[in-house]
Parts: sequence; structure tokens; C-alpha cells
Amino acid sequence: MVGKTESQNGAVKATAAPAMNLESDLFSNFSFKSFKLKTKQQELLLRVSILGLVYILAFITRLFSVLRYESMIHEFDPYFNYRTTLFLTEKGFYEFWNWFDSESWYPLGRIIGGTLYPGLMVTAAFIYWTLRFLRFAVHIREVCVLTAPFFASNTTVVAYFFGKEIWDSGAGLVAAAFIAICPGYISRSVAGSYDNEGVAIFALLLTFYLFVKAVNTGSLAWALASAFGYFYMVSAWGGYVFIINLIPLYVLVLLITGRYSMRLYVAYNCMYVLGMLLAMQIRFVGFQHVQSGEHMAAMGVFFLMQVFYFLDWVKYMLSDTKLFQAFLRITVTSAIAVGALALGVGTASGYISPWTGRFYSLLDPTYAKDNIPIIASVSEHQPTAWSSFMFDFHILLFLFPAGLYFCFKKLSDATIFIVMYGLTSMYFAGVMVRLILVATPAVCLISAIAVSATIKNLTSLLRTKSKTAVAGSSKGTGGSKASSKASFDQSQPFQKNGAIALLLGAFYLLSKYATHCTWVTSEAYSSPSIVLAARGAHGNRVIFDDYREAYFWLRQNTPPDAKVMSWWDYGYQITAMGNRTVIVDNNTWNNTHIATVGRAMSSYEDEAYEIMRSLDVDYVLVVFGGVTGYSSDDINKFLWMVRIGGGVFPVIKEPDYLVNGDYRVDKGAAPKMLNCL
Amino acid sequence: MAKLLLYLTLATSLIPLFSVAFSPENPTDRRVLVLVDDFAIKSSHSLYFGSLTSRGFQLEFKLADDPNIGLQRYGQYLYDALVLFCPSVERFGGSIDVASIVDFVDSGHDLIVAADSNASDLIREVATECGVDFDEDPAAMVIDHINYAVSNFDGDHTLIASDDFIKADVILGSKKIEAPVLFQGIGHSLNPANSLVLKVLSASSSAYSANPKSKLSNPPSLTGSAISLVSVVQARNNARILITGSLSMFSNRSGVQKAGSSIKHEKSGNEQFLTEISKWVFHERGHLKAVNVRHHKVGESDEPAIYRINDDLEYSVEIYEWSGTSWEPYVSDDVQVQFYMMSPYVLKTLSTDQKGHYSAEFKVPDVYGVFQFKVEYQRLGYTSLSLSKQIPVRPYRHNEYERFLPAAYPYYGSAFSMMAGFFIFTIVHLYSK
Repeated sequence: MVGKTESQNGAVKATAAPAMNLESDLFSNFSFKSFKLKTKQQELLLRVSILGLVYILAFITRLFSVLRYESMIHEFDPYFNYRTTLFLTEKGFYEFWNWFDSESWYPLGRIIGGTLYPGLMVTAAFIYWTLRFLRFAVHIREVCVLTAPFFASNTTVVAYFFGKEIWDSGAGLVAAAFIAICPGYISRSVAGSYDNEGVAIFALLLTFYLFVKAVNTGSLAWALASAFGYFYMVSAWGGYVFIINLIPLYVLVLLITGRYSMRLYVAYNCMYVLGMLLAMQIRFVGFQHVQSGEHMAAMGVFFLMQVFYFLDWVKYMLSDTKLFQAFLRITVTSAIAVGALALGVGTASGYISPWTGRFYSLLDPTYAKDNIPIIASVSEHQPTAWSSFMFDFHILLFLFPAGLYFCFKKLSDATIFIVMYGLTSMYFAGVMVRLILVATPAVCLISAIAVSATIKNLTSLLRTKSKTAVAGSSKGTGGSKASSKASFDQSQPFQKNGAIALLLGAFYLLSKYATHCTWVTSEAYSSPSIVLAARGAHGNRVIFDDYREAYFWLRQNTPPDAKVMSWWDYGYQITAMGNRTVIVDNNTWNNTHIATVGRAMSSYEDEAYEIMRSLDVDYVLVVFGGVTGYSSDDINKFLWMVRIGGGVFPVIKEPDYLVNGDYRVDKGAAPKMLNCL
Repeated sequence: MAKLLLYLTLATSLIPLFSVAFSPENPTDRRVLVLVDDFAIKSSHSLYFGSLTSRGFQLEFKLADDPNIGLQRYGQYLYDALVLFCPSVERFGGSIDVASIVDFVDSGHDLIVAADSNASDLIREVATECGVDFDEDPAAMVIDHINYAVSNFDGDHTLIASDDFIKADVILGSKKIEAPVLFQGIGHSLNPANSLVLKVLSASSSAYSANPKSKLSNPPSLTGSAISLVSVVQARNNARILITGSLSMFSNRSGVQKAGSSIKHEKSGNEQFLTEISKWVFHERGHLKAVNVRHHKVGESDEPAIYRINDDLEYSVEIYEWSGTSWEPYVSDDVQVQFYMMSPYVLKTLSTDQKGHYSAEFKVPDVYGVFQFKVEYQRLGYTSLSLSKQIPVRPYRHNEYERFLPAAYPYYGSAFSMMAGFFIFTIVHLYSK
């Protein structure tokens, strides 16, 4: 796999120059048409085959877990997605849409259809139905397991087109190769990781690509397509809020920098209005899209666009600049006043809901820790350590600033977009570990620009030196910057050797990247976390399948209507694999309910008994990993139970469970800790 | 040897017959094991045993220290009820001990314990397990200098005539017990932490518990009506227990005149009292069962798997009481049903048709979730009924809402006029040149 990636990278560099050759020469020189067509076909063939290889590579590099373990669903949330997909394929769409699940959140129940993003399930079910229609007898589980790799492959194609749109096709190919094996993306899209993000990154990149395309062309059709891309994104993941805030921000920046154009007006208005109407069809989003604080920025920019357009028109109508200046002042003041008034009234009357806790915690990393323990308790919501940046991006981390430099050198609407996308998502990636995922495509694209531009410069240097006859065409290829550099470098004696050394260095770095990615994928991101693997004393692999054994015990030894209480992490798995009713699960929508469970877990037995009686609990599931040293057991999570329980019920106080501020679980632990459930 | 063989054949031939005797369908006990200190009790208490046998109970008398006694064999209980008329036994024979007696009760079987002054620690321990504490002084007896039974010689007033009964027809029968009950023995108090134990016969306010032979140096620990003479327990599994501090209460003694009262009863109230209360203990009375719990939407008869919010539904249940021979309709006007999700959303009294059929109609609240139909019926003396049936309640489906809201007509109008206006504008704009 490593070798293949290298060869692709090499091929990309080789094709980059002819690609540009062709475009510049095609229009200037018709006499070479027959010959050039041949190179064009060659180049197209090369490009398609590279893309095809990248497509396959992106798929197979994610199959480590299937080969090592078996075709199974990983982690916690995917089990819920799997269960809902199963329901969807068995009962049909309308039953799914109206599904009221009485097996989770006992006794409150959960309206599944109205509280999830159905995009992933519908996609998987659609793939399943298509395969069934084509007479492929597959099980829905296989489809679910392979959905994420399949969409990762599709993402590479989108990345290619996006790269082509913002830079050139060479950058697109490099971007496709980068994103295919980038660990930051693989972490969420290995086979078996059947989660919203796997589909959502594809949708996110697609929406951005289509929007940039719409801005570049000013075409209604592309804007419409981007609205549909946005709709798919909304249906797939709650991260759509990132799109609906980034695009207005981008538009605002264009307005401020004086890059306002009719293309932008068409693209944004069409995308926003249609996208909004489509997004409101998703039940989980509904009227939030016009009422909640997170979406207000988009609406504000929408009105600002109208004011801009109106002013433009007035300016066109009024020939007197002085009069226009006065008019401008009045209009802008009144527009701002009306906007502020509307926002104020809306917020005060409760029509516009304030920002949610998750949104706050994104903007202010310390917010969740102080106010919402349930968000802070999730490990993937923790601020990112620098090492995990290195782990997930490797050389892309160094190429990213270089790419930004190239973007600023050649500023256009599209590069402004990718720069803004890169910078904002990098900030969010720093706030929360899981948002590295959102930053990954931007980082890959920007790094691809850096790699592509550098290598193109270097190769064009080599070409000018060896073949002075085609210096002219080479000058045309690299763009103004590259050619000026090349001509400047011509005076230097060592430039050819230097270029070769630099190229070799680049190849070395890229091959290192490929090795690193494969290693990370194989070692870190391909374990299903429900089956634990460890190296035994002799280096052999030991597999612990205790989780599934426990769930099957529940399934076979408890009455069908038994209620199982556990900490919320295990809720989805108990319902999906154990087929039993749970009190709380990973959809943490009711904090009080979770706090009740936390309280029951951290009270004395007789108090806990009363709480559990009120919840009709029949069984309690606790996880203890003491013998094997499994670190994410319930003893480790216990402090979070105390904190979350204490957040709602003040009778539970964290210091009661600590000894001199330390958390101990041995015999020196606090008495309350030892005597609680 | 031949006797043992005969016994074994008898026992094995009767086991299939007996094993169906006590069942949910027929809750009256049949096989009763009576453990005695010596077989003389058999004749001295023959009236009481006679009333039991005449009602169809098979009594098996064993000495308490008989090494062959056992409550169960091969995991099956051999008896439906246990009578401990052995106040002085220090250690049971065979496999019986306190733990096995507690297990016996825990599996739903009944128990009668009669202690006496000088009751052994073992019997005290059994009583403590049941929630009553006998007076700790082993020589103490209940003494009442006012409500004693007049006898030929002026005794120490330990034979007391008590008529302070619990007012519950279901325990003591509907016929009033006229004559006072003779009691001679040790008093006990109820454990305040145990809510299941009831005083059936309590001492009068002038009674106290002390050693009649010695001089009273300290104030007696148990005095007045806090002393219980006869107590009953109905466990959560409906096992019933009778505890009394007097074995002689069950004896054949008759004729009583209460001190200070001119009426001399020919017969003491003991016989009637004990007959009635043993009817209760052996589940001949006050045993309820609920069958045919059903619910359906009003106007339908099938039971749905799920309700929608704001549905009208009907809940019905049939309740019967065991009369000793057959199930009779139970008639009461205080049976209530709850529609319950963490707290009752609907609480409704069921109406009855006097034939044991109870029903109620109500509307599902406007809240979705997993609800339960709950009937928690706990009345003094009756076995508790605790029915719960789980039923989820779902919100409206997407196509069950109103299609056109009257309040929204202005919006419909504006939308359609907008469309029409745009169409006209387009035509005018395109073709008016």
C-alpha cells in the first residue's frame, strides 16, 4: 500500500506540468492540434487512472479492522445507527419517520424519527435496496460496515474536483491522495465505524465545492446543487451548523474586501433560501433553522446582501455621488438599527432561542467545563493535545502554512474560501478533539496546493534547464510567480542539483507520510473498542470479547421487558445487542434523567434502591476492567457520574468522594465512595 | 420398618394429590404440619384441632425434636402450613431450623406460632424474624388486675379475659365475638420498623408484663395496650403468620366471667376467635385474585400494542375473593387504577358491576412515554393486589395532525396570491413590450 501511494504521488508530479502545458498551448497553437490531442488523451487517461487508484486505495486502507477482527460495528453510537437502519429496512420509511422507541430512555421513550439525522440510515438503506434490486444478497450489516469507506472514497473524488476548482488539477490529485489516507479522516471512517461523520464529511466537502463552483460561475444551477448538498449535509450530521456559519462569514468577508459581485449574490441567495427550506424538512432541525441563534448569522448576511444589492441599484440610478453618500449613510444606519431591533425583540420575546451549550463550548473552550459537565465528560470533546495534531496530520501540519502562503499569493474568491475554511476549522479542531475531522479536508486541500505548487516550480526549473527550447511554454505553465522564480533561479549555478535534492526531499517526506498513515490506521484507528485486543506476554494477540458476551447474556437470560440501568455510554449497545430497555443512552437529551442515574449510582444502597424502584430498574450493568487494566471502566467514569448527578441534585457533592482532593479507589478511599452503589 | 414402609407408600401415593392442593387457583392450605412438645397437646387442644380437621385440613403431628421431620423433600415443600405448638423446644429435629422456617414463609406458606412463658430462644428467634418481640424476661407473663377472668380461686391474675379485638371483618369474620378471649402467657410488642405486622388482640390499658412470682422492683417494660396478645403478619408474598404468646389459649378450656362483669359466658370466645382467625391464616378468607386485565380503545375490543396521546381507552379487570370453596366476586367501590409514568398521570376509581368486573374509561394524557396501568389495592386483611401492565404511548404520526389549520388561512392566502402575482408579473414583464 505504501508503494502504491508513493507511485501516485510521483505520478501526480509528473502529470502536473503537461496538464498546464496543454491548457495554455491548446488555444495558442492550432497547428499542433492533432499531436496535442494525443497528449490530452494520455493525460486524461493518467488522471482518471490515478483517481481510480486513489479511490480504491481510500477504500481498502480502511479495511484493516474487518481483516483483523470481523465485519462488525464499532464503538457506541454506530450501534444505534445500525439498529435504526435495520428498522428502516424492515419497516419502511414512514414507520421509521414516525418511530417512537419505547426501549430507550425508559420511561420517557424517545421519538427516534424526530430526534436523529436520518441521512446516514437512508443512505445505507438506499445502498442496501439498490444491491437487493441488483440481486446481490447482502446483509444490511455488511452495508453498514462498508458505508463509511465507500463514502471516504467518494470524498476523494470531491476533493479532486475541489482542488481543481481552487487551484489546478494537479493540486486536486494531490488533495485526493492526501485525503484518502489522512489519519484525521480515517479515524472516523474505518470499516465498521458506521457513524454520521463518515457520510457527513463527504456532504460537507461536496457542499463547499458546489458553493465555490457557484460563486466562481455565478450559475443558478450550481447554487441549486449546493443547496441540495447542504440538504444532504443537514440530514446527515449536526455539524451542518459549521456550513451555515462559515458561508455567511465568507460572504461577509467578500463584502468587506469589496469583492461583492452578482455571482456571489446569486450563489448565496439561492443556496441560503433553498437550503433553508430543504433543511426545515428534517424534523430534528425544523423551525430551529429560522429561530435558533446559531442560524441567525446566515439570515443577517442574507438581509445584508439585499441591502447591498439595493444600494448598488440606487448608485446606478443616482448619478450624484454626494446624494448617494447621504443616502448610503441613512440606509446603512437604518438597516443596522432595524436588524439590531429585530434581533433584540426576537431574543427578548423568546422567539429566537439563545445559543446552545454545545455552540458556546465551541467558541469558548472553558465554557463546558464550568457549566455542562455532560459535554465535558466525553473524551472526544476535550481540547486537542498538540501530539494528536501531529498524529493525525503528520507533514500536513507543516505544509498547511506553506499552502496558506501560496493561497495568499494568488488570491481569488475560491482561495479566500479555502483559507477561511482552513483557519476556522483549525481553531475548532484545537477546541475539540473530534473536530479535527472537520479540519482534515481543509488541511489536505491547502497542503495539496503547497505540494503541487512547489513541485511544479521545481520540475519546471528542471525542464527549463534541460530543454531551453521549451522554456517559453514552461514559462506559461507555472504561472507568473513560478516563472519569475524560475528565471531568477536560472542565474544560480547549483539550481538543477538543488531542485533535484529538493524534489527528492519532497518525495522522502511524502513517502514518510504514507508510511505514517498506514501505520496509524493499522495500529490506532482500526480497533472496534467493543472487542479489546492486547498483546500478551509473548507478543501474541489476546482478544477480549467480554462486552458482547455480557450483552448476549442479557439477551438470553433476562425477561424481554427487563429494564437495564447502566451508565449512558452503554445504552445504545444494550438496546442494539442485548435487545433490552435502557434508562439512559448515548443520545444525552435529558440531563435530569442522566443525573438521576448518576445519583442512583453514587448513593448509598438503600437510597439507590428507592431511586431504582421509581425507575422500575430490574438489572444494573457496571463495567469493571480492573484485572486487565482496561481503563475506561465505570470506576474511571465514576467521578463524572458524581459531577453530573451533583449538577442536578445538590445533595451529591464531589468532595465526599475524594480523599484530600485525590480520587482513590483502594481501601484508602473516602467512606462515601466505598459505601455507594 | 413395616410402619415406615406404609408411611412411605402413603406419602408417595398422596403427593400427586397434595401437590395440586395449594395453588393460585385454590389458595386454601391443605397439608399442615403441627410440631408439639409432647403429644398430650393433641388431646388437651382437641377442640381446635377438631375444627381444623372438620374443615378439611390434614394435620400431621410430630414431636418438635423428631429427627425425621423436614419441610421439604427434593425441593418440594411437603406442607402448606406449619403450626409451632412447641414453646419450649431448644432445637428442632431433622432439617428444620430458623432459616428453613423463614424460607418456608418466604415461599408463600403460612405459619402459626404459639409461645408461652418460658418460651425458648428458638421460638423467640422465629418470632423476631416475623417482626414481634416477646418480653425479654423469660418468667414474665401478662398480668391484668382489672380484666382478669374470674376463677374459683383468687390467682395471680395471669389468666386474663380480653376483648380488645381488631376491627376487621375479613380477619375475624362478620359475626361479632361476644365472649372475651382467655389468655394466659407471655406478651409481645410489635417491631415499629415492620409495617406488615398487626395487633389482632391487644391487652387492656391496665395490663402489664412482669414475673408474677417475684416482687416488682423495676417498672415493667411492656405495659398497657402496647402489649399485643395475638398478632398477625401478612407478608408481601401473601404468606400469613399468626403469633401469640399463649399456647393454652388454643386449649379446650371453656366458661369465662370477666372480672367486674356480671355476665358469665358459658363458653369463652376462644373457639370462635381462633376458628375465624385460622380461617384467615389458612387463606379461607380475604384472598383476592385479579384476572382478565384488559384495556382497549373505546369502541374497539382488541388490545393495542401502543396507544396514541389523547386516545380514549377503557381499562377493565375482574377481581374475585376466595371463599374457602370457590371464587366469589369481590365487591368494593374503592379500587383505583393509575396511569403511571414515574408519577400517576391519571388516577381513577373503577366502577363495578357487582359481579367482580371493574372498569374505567379515561383519556390518555397529552404526554408520550412508556406508561403502566397500575392497580395497587392494599386493604387490611386482604391479600394485596399489585397489577401493572406496561403500555407505550406514542405521539401523533406525521399524517395525523390537522391538515389545514384555520389560524393559518392568512398564510395560505398570501402564499397563493404571491404565486399568482408572480405569474402575472412574469407574463406582463415578458410580453408587454
